[in-house]
Amino acid sequence: MTEDWEAGGFGIYIHWPFCAAKCPYCDFNSHVSRQIDEDRWRRAYLNEIDRHAAETPGRVVRSIFFGGGTPSLMDPATVAAILDRIRMRWPQANDLEVTLEANPGSVESGRFRDYFGAGVSRVSMGVQALNDRDLQRLGRIHSVDEALRAFDIARSVFDRVSFDLIYARQDQTPEDWRAELGRALDLAVDHLSLYQLTIEDGTAFGDRYRIGKLRGLPDEDSAAAMYDITQEVTTNAGFPIYEVSNHARPGAESRHNTLYWRYGDYVGIGPGAHGRLTLNGKRFATEAIRMPNGWLDAVDQGSGDAGRSVLTTEDQATEFMLMGLRLVDGVDMRRYQDLAGRPVSPQAIGSLQDLGMVEVEANILRVTDRGRLVLNSVIATLLE
Amino acid sequence: MTDLAHIRNFSIVAHIDHGKSTLADRLIQSTNTVSEREMKEQLLDAMDIERERGITIKANTVRIEYIAQDGDTYVLNLIDTPGHVDFAYEVSRSMRAVEGSLLVVDSTQGVEAQTLANVYQAIDADHEIVPVLNKIDLPASEPERVKEQIEDVIGIDASEAMLVSAKSGIGIAETLEAIIKRLPAPKGDRNAPLKAMLVDSWYDPYLGVVVLVRIMDGVLKKGDQIKMMQTDAKYQVDRIGVFRPAMQNVTELGPGEIGFLTAQIKQVRDTKVGDTITTEKKGCEKPLPGFKPSIPVVFCGLFPVDSAEFEDLRDAIEKLALNDASFSYEMETSAALGFGFRCGFLGLLHLEVIRDRIEREYDIELITTAPSVIYHVYMRDGSKIDLHNPADMPDMTHVDHIEEPRIKATIMVPDEYLGDVLKLCQDRRGIQMDLTYVGGRAMAVYDLPLNEVVFDFYDRLKSVTKGYASFDYQLEGYREDNLVKMQILVNDEPVDALSMMVHRDRAEMRGRAMCEKLKDLIPRHMFKIPIQAAIGGKVIARETLAALRKDVTAKCYGGDATRKRKLLDKQKAGKKKMRQFGKVDIPQEAFISALKMDN
Repeated sequence: MTEDWEAGGFGIYIHWPFCAAKCPYCDFNSHVSRQIDEDRWRRAYLNEIDRHAAETPGRVVRSIFFGGGTPSLMDPATVAAILDRIRMRWPQANDLEVTLEANPGSVESGRFRDYFGAGVSRVSMGVQALNDRDLQRLGRIHSVDEALRAFDIARSVFDRVSFDLIYARQDQTPEDWRAELGRALDLAVDHLSLYQLTIEDGTAFGDRYRIGKLRGLPDEDSAAAMYDITQEVTTNAGFPIYEVSNHARPGAESRHNTLYWRYGDYVGIGPGAHGRLTLNGKRFATEAIRMPNGWLDAVDQGSGDAGRSVLTTEDQATEFMLMGLRLVDGVDMRRYQDLAGRPVSPQAIGSLQDLGMVEVEANILRVTDRGRLVLNSVIATLLE
Repeated sequence: MTDLAHIRNFSIVAHIDHGKSTLADRLIQSTNTVSEREMKEQLLDAMDIERERGITIKANTVRIEYIAQDGDTYVLNLIDTPGHVDFAYEVSRSMRAVEGSLLVVDSTQGVEAQTLANVYQAIDADHEIVPVLNKIDLPASEPERVKEQIEDVIGIDASEAMLVSAKSGIGIAETLEAIIKRLPAPKGDRNAPLKAMLVDSWYDPYLGVVVLVRIMDGVLKKGDQIKMMQTDAKYQVDRIGVFRPAMQNVTELGPGEIGFLTAQIKQVRDTKVGDTITTEKKGCEKPLPGFKPSIPVVFCGLFPVDSAEFEDLRDAIEKLALNDASFSYEMETSAALGFGFRCGFLGLLHLEVIRDRIEREYDIELITTAPSVIYHVYMRDGSKIDLHNPADMPDMTHVDHIEEPRIKATIMVPDEYLGDVLKLCQDRRGIQMDLTYVGGRAMAVYDLPLNEVVFDFYDRLKSVTKGYASFDYQLEGYREDNLVKMQILVNDEPVDALSMMVHRDRAEMRGRAMCEKLKDLIPRHMFKIPIQAAIGGKVIARETLAALRKDVTAKCYGGDATRKRKLLDKQKAGKKKMRQFGKVDIPQEAFISALKMDN
C-alpha cells in the first residue's frame, strides 16, 4: 500500500544554528556564539543521521538542505562529513539536490569551491536588498558590492544559484521595487525567493513595531501592489511564480521546498529542526531541542528530539492543504479526501470559485493569482 | 426584646465615595459589635461587584448595641440602603423602615445630585436628619461652605452638623450620641396584630430565602403561621434573628425591631419588597401603604458568545432571578446572534451589574445588544403595543403614532464644564427646565428622552466633565415624538441585533455614525461589503468596506507545518469570536461599539 508521504518524497534538513549577527526581522532559531566546538557539532550531526537512518532504512533521499542560521559559516569539512554519512546510510535519487544557504560575504564565498567539492549542488544566497541603506536597516552585515562579488563566484562554481530578496521594506514604493527587481532579474541564474517583509513577534522589528517605532512600512494596498508588480516582472523575465514567494525558470524549482509543499516526509536534524516521519503507519511531527548546547548534550545522551507527536489524519489533511495550496500547481483533492475521510467542502469551493479565488480541474484544486494574495483567508474558508 | 425607647433605627444617605461605608464600619467597630479579627473594610458591601464599584446594591442591615453616656444600652439598627437611582424604589422602602437618617456629605466636595435624590426620599419618609460632614481632617475640607450649601439646597438646618473623619475616627463617639439624642424612637403597639414590612429579601444557599423585616406592630415568633398580604402566600416561620452583622437567632422580634425570618420560601420572586407580613390568623386588617411592584424600564438582549453556552446562560439567569425579583427575562432568538434572552432591568447600572455577575460568577462571555426602552406604539386600529425590542416593530403603515418615555434629569456640575453639559443635553433632545447656581456649582434640570440616556449618556457626561458631574433621574411619563425604526444592512442583509428606534431628525446622523463605526469594526473580507442604514426601504447612509487585498504568510520556516497549523487554529479561534451573518463575520464587540456615539 502506498503511504501518503510518497506523493511528496523524502528529504533531509540540516540546521546550523549560528550566525555572525542576528538580523532584526529574523525569528528563526539562530544564535550568535564566539566559541563553537565544530568537532563536537560534527559528531552530533553524524550521530543524529545514524539514529534517523535506523528508523527509515531504504528511503530514497531526493534532497538535502543546509539551513540556518548561516550554514556558510560551517567548515566545508563538516559539510563533507555530513554528506558522506548520509550517502552511507540511505540510497539517493539520481538527481539528488543538495542546497546550502549562504551569506553573500567575502569570507563565505571563499569556501564555495570546497562546498561544491563536498557535494553541494546549489546555493541559496541571502542578498535581501540591492541598496546599502536598506541592507543596513535590515541589519545585514554585507554590502551590495560584496553581495555582487560573492554572487559572481557562486555563479562560476554552481550551476544552480538562488537568491533571496525582501521587499515591502520601510519607505519602499512599488516603483522602487519594480526597479530593484529588474536589476535582480538581470543577475538571476535560475531561481529567486521574493519575500514580503513580515514583522514577527519576538524579533527586534517586532518590538519596535509594537511601540510604534518602525515607521514607513507600506500599507496593505501598497504591499498588494508590490506583489502584483512582482508577478508581472518575473513572468516577463521568464521566472514565473511556482509558490507564494518563489520563482524559477521552468524545471529549476527548489526540489527541497517542493518536498515540504507536497507534504512528503523529511528528517530534521539540528537545534529546533522540524521533521515529518511516517513510521509503522503513523505520521509523526518531530522537533529537535532548540537551544544549541541543550541539543548537543541531548545528542550525547542518545537523541536530540525535544518531542514527537502523532499527527491525526485530520491534522495531516490540514497540513497537506496549508502547504500544498501555496503551490501554483495546487493540490490533488483525492489526497485530502483519503486523509480526512471526507471531500473538501463543495460549498466552500463553490463560494471561493464565485469570488474568483480558486479553480478546479479534474481533481486538482488551485488557488488563482488573486486568491494567492489572500491565501490565509482562502484556506480558512476551505477548512472551516 | 428591647423596649421602644431604647431602639433607634436609621439609614445613611450619601453620594458615592462620600464615605458612607467607612462611617458604617466605624460605628460598628467602635461599639465592639464585631471583633477586630472579623473586621473587614466596608463590612456591609458583601458582593465583589459592590466592593469594586463602591456602591451598595442590596439593602444590608446591622444591629449595634451601644452603651450611651446616660449608662443605658441602646439597640441601633442601621439599614444600609442602595445609593443608586436604579434602586430608588428599594431605597424608598428601606427609608420607610427607619425613623431617621445620617446625611453624609464629603466636606471637600459638597452636595451631589444623588445626595439630593436620596435625602428627598428621607424627607418624604418624615425622617429626622442629622447632617454629618465627613473628611473633616483633609486640607481641602470646607465645613462652613458645605453647611451653607446643605441649608440652601436641601433646606435643612445644618448648624449642628457633626464634624467627622470616618477614616481617622474623629467625631464617631459624638455621632453615636447624636443618634440616640436627636433621632426619634420608633412607635408601635406590642399588643396589636402583627404588622411587619418586607424590606428586602435574598437567597441563601443554606437557608433558602431570607427576608429582612421591620416590625411595626405586634410580635413575630418562631413557628408563627404568616401571610404575605400582597401575594397572599402563607408560610411557617422556622427561624428569626438579627444581624450583628452575622446572623444570630432570637426567639422573637417586637415592635420597632429589625431582623430576619426564614420560612422555607423557595424563590425571592415569592417575596415582594414593600409587602406587609402579618399572621395568618387574627392578622392586621390593613396593609402598609405605598406598595408597588418594581417594573423594568431598560431592556436588552443577552446572548452567549459561544452558542454552546446557551443552557449555561439559562441556568445563570434563572439563578440570578431567584435572588433578584426586579429583573425579568424571556427567551429571544436573533438571526445574527442565535438563542439568548431579552432581559428587563431597573436601569443601566442594574443591567451592568447583572451582566457582570453572569460573566464573572458564571464565566459566560456575553454579547449585549443595544439597550432599549419600552415604546408605546399606537396602531391605526386603536390597539396599543408595548414595544420592548425594535426587532418587533410593526409595519409603519399600520402605526398611528409612537410615544417614548421621558425623564427628569438633574445634573450638578462645576461651572467650567456647564457649557459641555448643556450641549450634551441639547444633542440628546433635551429640554431645559431649570438652571441654578449653588456655591460655584450649576444645577441643570432637563427633560430628556430615556432612549437617549440609556446607552452611553452617563459615560459621555463623565468624560466631558472629567468625572466632576453628578447625575440623577426619575421617570416622568410618556410623550409622542417622531420616532422611526432604523435598520442596519450588512452586505444587503438586515442585522436584527443592530436595529434601533431613533428620532427621525437624528436618524441620518446616527445612521452615518453607525455605518462608519461598523466599517472600522468589521474586518475586511475577500469581497467588498456595503454597510447601509435604512428606514423602511429607504437607505439613509452608506459605507463600503473594501475587499481584503493581502493576507498571506510570506515565508514558512523550513518544514514547520505545525506552526502554520497553529496560525490557522488561531485564525479559527478569532473567527469563533465573530458572528456569521450571511457571508460576513461580524465581531461581537461591534454589536455594542457601533452604537456608541461620539457626542
